[in-house]
Amino acid sequence: MSAATGELKRAAGTSPGFACDRQGTRSDDERVAQAMRGFVEDFGRKAALYLESCIHCGMCAESCHFYEVTGDPKYTPVWKLEPLKQAYKREYGPFAPIFRLLNLKRAVSADQLAEWQHLLYDSCTMCGRCSLMCPMGIDIAGLISDARHGMARAGLVPAELREAADRGAAPADFKDRIGRLAAEHRIDIPLDKAKADVLCTISATEIEKYPASIVATAKIMQRLGADWTFRSDGYQANNFGLLAGDAQKQKEASMKLIDAAVACGAKSLILPECGHAYGALRWMGANIYGKPLPFQVLHISEFLAENVRSGKLRLKRLDKSATFHDPCQSSRRGGVIEAPREVLAALGVELKEMFPTRGTNWCCGGGGGVVDIRRADALRHKVFHLKMNQIDDTGAELPVTSCSDCRKTFDDGQTHYRWDKSMNSLLELVADNLAEA
Amino acid sequence: MDLLAFARGPGMHWAMIVFAAGILWRVIGVLLLRGRSELSEPRSASQWKGLRLIGLRSWPRKEFLGGTAFGEIMGYTFHIGFLVALFFYLPHILFFEDVAKTVIGVNFRRVFGFDWPYLPGGAIYFFSAVSVAALIAVLVHRIASPVKRMLSNFDDYFSWFVTIAPIATGMLAYSHFAAPYPMMLALHLLSVELLMVWFPFGKLMHAFWMFAARGIQGVEFERKGASL
Repeated sequence: MSAATGELKRAAGTSPGFACDRQGTRSDDERVAQAMRGFVEDFGRKAALYLESCIHCGMCAESCHFYEVTGDPKYTPVWKLEPLKQAYKREYGPFAPIFRLLNLKRAVSADQLAEWQHLLYDSCTMCGRCSLMCPMGIDIAGLISDARHGMARAGLVPAELREAADRGAAPADFKDRIGRLAAEHRIDIPLDKAKADVLCTISATEIEKYPASIVATAKIMQRLGADWTFRSDGYQANNFGLLAGDAQKQKEASMKLIDAAVACGAKSLILPECGHAYGALRWMGANIYGKPLPFQVLHISEFLAENVRSGKLRLKRLDKSATFHDPCQSSRRGGVIEAPREVLAALGVELKEMFPTRGTNWCCGGGGGVVDIRRADALRHKVFHLKMNQIDDTGAELPVTSCSDCRKTFDDGQTHYRWDKSMNSLLELVADNLAEA
Repeated sequence: MDLLAFARGPGMHWAMIVFAAGILWRVIGVLLLRGRSELSEPRSASQWKGLRLIGLRSWPRKEFLGGTAFGEIMGYTFHIGFLVALFFYLPHILFFEDVAKTVIGVNFRRVFGFDWPYLPGGAIYFFSAVSVAALIAVLVHRIASPVKRMLSNFDDYFSWFVTIAPIATGMLAYSHFAAPYPMMLALHLLSVELLMVWFPFGKLMHAFWMFAARGIQGVEFERKGASL
């Protein structure tokens, strides 16, 4: 199904001005029942504890970029969880019979789910800033991901994310592209080696928009003399199943990477410049695999930092000022905060930090799949304005990041606002400034 | 049996039973749900250091303070006023000591080696008044703020009511200002019992959940090296 077809299937939801995509031809009752099953699947001890803890203080609103730029209370992060909370309190919690009897929480309805598609997908990047704000310690972003599971079960996912999750990877196309890039740049890009110490992966965004990142990866690996490969049976690190909320598709996407790494006996799997790919494999991969992964999982910026630290990777000095945009999933929620800064230091840049920065940096507005949802463009552009101002305030010459989806969001925002700055890839900066050994 | 005798006797006994049984039911109901073990290789071997989030999250990070200062300050004010009045007013202490002695056989002085300290009635009255003022401010803010108003439900308003009622009736009983003292004392005790009965069912349970939720988030995030 193309994105254009998805557009045709959009019908007006109850949230004024926002559409709701529906997959399949189920009745409303069926959709609600399936959503409830999807919600309930996630109600373990941790989710229950979080859902029990909310005191409706509303402080999370202050941390959300969508609320910050619109002032609209519906973008309050914990409000986005309302159907999940209703399902828990009314159907699953310790006092569920009392909640039902006294109607203290109303039942989830099909119209409500349709309305919440905008809140759970278009206006939440799962950036996790709210999780750091919540005085009760609720991981709101984690619960949003849980809520998306119910939406996916009910067939209520934005068309673009549904289509991307269903499409998966296309190996034949990948082989052709790698071949063309290798020939064009006269560089060896190993593909499908039977054995390799390092398995490199890439994101769909890099394949489509930033193929220079693939060449950059090859240049760096070649300089390091690494025993590495791409594998056509497991190369795409994006996980649209995760973004859509489809647990099965998430598992399939993760298992392709895991199986490919196991097949070639890789000691390390390098994830590309992609934030959610890092969370999907580094922190969720082993749980999906059912046991600890038999290889190390590194974000490309961690891999670069390790090699800079060990002296294997030497870089030319850029002698420019730069500011680093922290990708939420690898930085705030993934823990890769200092590695990219170490690499920037090795490039000799004067780092001008944004305020706020590191773990509390503002999201670009495109994560969580939002950059792919076309109907969300206008709202996303509003959010991006916040990011643009934040970068302008640093006065840095080079904005740099290590996430291709952030970069795509920046490029789109740059075009929209005719901004005079372009986002740079840390990986490509490194590849362009390799010093002789 | 008059109202005061009921409030002191069966009313209090039943309220305590509902309070304890309700809390146990709710806590056990959550603890019995399945937990999931994390199989990913931790970044930090000392993930338990994440428990420091229980303390850290007691005050927002500087980046978040601007928009939340009013809620934080008012929240702390009414909690402190409430807890001081609850735990440092002599009649309350005598009540707690009596309950401890009769229910679990613990004598405070024998266990701790000193008497439970208390504040003069006037000081308690002051803390109570501050708490009431802060609670009213919190309610006005809840109604006036579009975000809080949207989030609010019966639990929020009823929990507010059962929190302010014991403080207000206690102040009225202490000052001998309104109804005759026995009547005000009975109303005070009944309002406390209402709070105890409601406690396990609504948001007041955050007194328990808060520490657990912060601890879980702290350990999970520390494990990843993520921001706390």
